[in-house]
Amino acid sequence: MTTRRTREEMAQCVARDIPDGSTVNLGIGMPVLVLPYWQAAQEIVVHSENGILGMRALADGEAADPDVLNAAKQPVALERGGAYFHHADSFAMMRGGHLDYCVLGGYQVSANGDLANWSLGQPGVAAAVGGAMDLAVGAKQVYVLMEHQTRERNSRLLRACTLPLTGLGCVKRVYTDLATLDVVGGAFVVRDMVPGLTATQLQAATDAPLRFL
Amino acid sequence: MTNKFVSSVEEAVADIFDGATVLVSGFGLAGQPIELLNALATQGARDLTVVCNNSGSGDEGLARLIRLGRVRRLIASFPRGAEAMAFEEAYARNALEFECVPQGTLAERLHAAGAGLGGFFTPTGYGTALAEGKETRVIDGRGYVFEAPLHGDFALVKAQAADRWGNLVYRKAGRNFGPPMCTAARTAIVQVAHAVPLGELDPEHIVTPSIFVQRVVVLEGASTTAREAA
Repeated sequence: MTTRRTREEMAQCVARDIPDGSTVNLGIGMPVLVLPYWQAAQEIVVHSENGILGMRALADGEAADPDVLNAAKQPVALERGGAYFHHADSFAMMRGGHLDYCVLGGYQVSANGDLANWSLGQPGVAAAVGGAMDLAVGAKQVYVLMEHQTRERNSRLLRACTLPLTGLGCVKRVYTDLATLDVVGGAFVVRDMVPGLTATQLQAATDAPLRFL
Repeated sequence: MTNKFVSSVEEAVADIFDGATVLVSGFGLAGQPIELLNALATQGARDLTVVCNNSGSGDEGLARLIRLGRVRRLIASFPRGAEAMAFEEAYARNALEFECVPQGTLAERLHAAGAGLGGFFTPTGYGTALAEGKETRVIDGRGYVFEAPLHGDFALVKAQAADRWGNLVYRKAGRNFGPPMCTAARTAIVQVAHAVPLGELDPEHIVTPSIFVQRVVVLEGASTTAREAA
């Protein structure tokens, strides 16, 4: 009997793996859940695409400021030592390779690290890419946080993505509700699995072939 | 004597013409020049090309312009959202054209326009649907996409304070697209909460130098504050 990780547990896995002193961007959706899980003693510098370096979660009862928002346009606050800057500088931080990590949501990741996370390819629906493509090419390490399967139980970890791509060969690691997997040499390598899950069961839930250490 | 203050939002937007390209600052509501956009809706210019990260929300500002059918073409990175009904309805009716641009490419196309560059090669979007039909090049083993500069006839920008020369400071992350948009527009029109006397802004802290700003309107107590500052 296995229990899938909750969204909060998935976020905690990411928070635990990012070392003190890193600069990190958290994408919209599940990645912003990571923010509260860093310890107060850690100096993780969080970047937000809208021009914030040194973003933190609001404290309990702290008043929201309409000009201090995260990428999902939710209220956040600025750390001591934080800075504001304009959008061209903000994306220079990404594209210029200055961020250590970014954590993105995903629809699909392929075994060679391609990411699809911005469009379901539906006709008649306006595409909305935001900063996803810039983050995918820019950060030194791109991590993806997503459910292992769709609601219909189709694998999101594929031999090749079927949805419109966000970036090519950019993903280094995927955190799902079942496992953590690295993209190495064109394959998914399993780093950990939820307790009680067998390698056979994880492979059965995954389209792409898996390697186990 | 240089005095870029004008006395009202109506005066500020009076010469925006049909068919103009208008750059609009803001990331969601932060930094969105709602009052200038509402004045533009009242002024009535149509067939506009609007460049903005988002598409407005609710029934004010950019959302009002879209609902009134004034926007022929929207260039944005993320036009969707819980409050983006005006855009989604207009898009579903084919009432406006939409060009989706990655957010960093949008910022850099504005920067390129303001800096007099003929465009740039970016790795963003290489190999994706948003690069289809664009020139590509492999530089040091990595794929890049050519992106053209994006000029505006006008920019509508929200800042925090200005002096009569048009030097600007912004408020927190409300800065976002304001600085690059001021540089990229022939006429940058800025709404601010405060006018300050010339010389009061610390030269080390001025974010947008006055050369990039053509017109400023102060929203509260506009006429007296601006006169005092002048």
